[in-house]
Amino acid sequence: MPNEVAADSHEITIDLRDPLLAAFLAWLIPGAGHFYQRRWAKGVLYSVCILTTFIFGLFIGGGRVVYASWRNNDTRLPYVCQIGVGLPALPAIVQAVRTSGDTPKAPLWRFDGPEGFGLMAPPRLPGQIIPSGMIGRELTENLLGTDDYVRVRDARSGYGPALDELSQWHHDLGGQYDLGTVYTMIAGLLNILAVWDAYGGPVGGVPDEAEEADAKAKAAKISADLQPTTT
Amino acid sequence: MNSLQLLASSWPQTWYALPLIVAVSLVYAATRHELMKPLLMLALRTAFSITVFMSVVLALMYWLSAGL
Repeated sequence: MPNEVAADSHEITIDLRDPLLAAFLAWLIPGAGHFYQRRWAKGVLYSVCILTTFIFGLFIGGGRVVYASWRNNDTRLPYVCQIGVGLPALPAIVQAVRTSGDTPKAPLWRFDGPEGFGLMAPPRLPGQIIPSGMIGRELTENLLGTDDYVRVRDARSGYGPALDELSQWHHDLGGQYDLGTVYTMIAGLLNILAVWDAYGGPVGGVPDEAEEADAKAKAAKISADLQPTTT
Repeated sequence: MNSLQLLASSWPQTWYALPLIVAVSLVYAATRHELMKPLLMLALRTAFSITVFMSVVLALMYWLSAGL
């Protein structure tokens, strides 16, 4: 079959089925591409390792470390790595689209009541336009011509309290925020390796012990043949 | 606070590296092998290498910050 590759010193062959579909499935849900290829053990290994790392990072980061944001004052570069984990990180795109623009909506999956943050939603920053009623009136400024939306108060406006949710998250979580970010980033990067494995099979760059022993035996034989014979 | 106290106070955070080392070693080894036995052997070697490398970096950082 054209999609079969040899692995582990040619001891076995692997049927990769449709490599592109397998790679897409592997990205979408860690391990799914290998299940599709009937590589059950590696599917379990990838899904357990990658999903556990991602969920643990999300947990210690209070559900706030995975979010998508491409605003001028908050470009979330770690999300470029986190998106590698596929579907588990995609709600961040939904939240970012919902909460951005001139007519934003409230984020989904909100914690801590109506004023709380949404899972994987970007933080509310000074100057951001949000639906009215999401946070206390003392933290917002009214917009001309509408009661539906308000602007988050900026500390630089010089009076009253202000809200900078990103700074608040760092303050509340301390080092846990950075650790959670690192965990979720590494989970995404590890899944890229799994995607590659689903597409092309094991790299096979590391020789097994049997292969090493075989190479040593051949080298010894060549060396013995080259020895000058004595009469 | 001297550097030894600083190291002791941050010691609990070091344990966060353990699950990462396990996950990275297993996934890396899985990209090299299909059979479980050589895969797990390579994962063990990789985990050992990462631990030694990170310990050397920790010792170096400790040594560099000793005089501060």
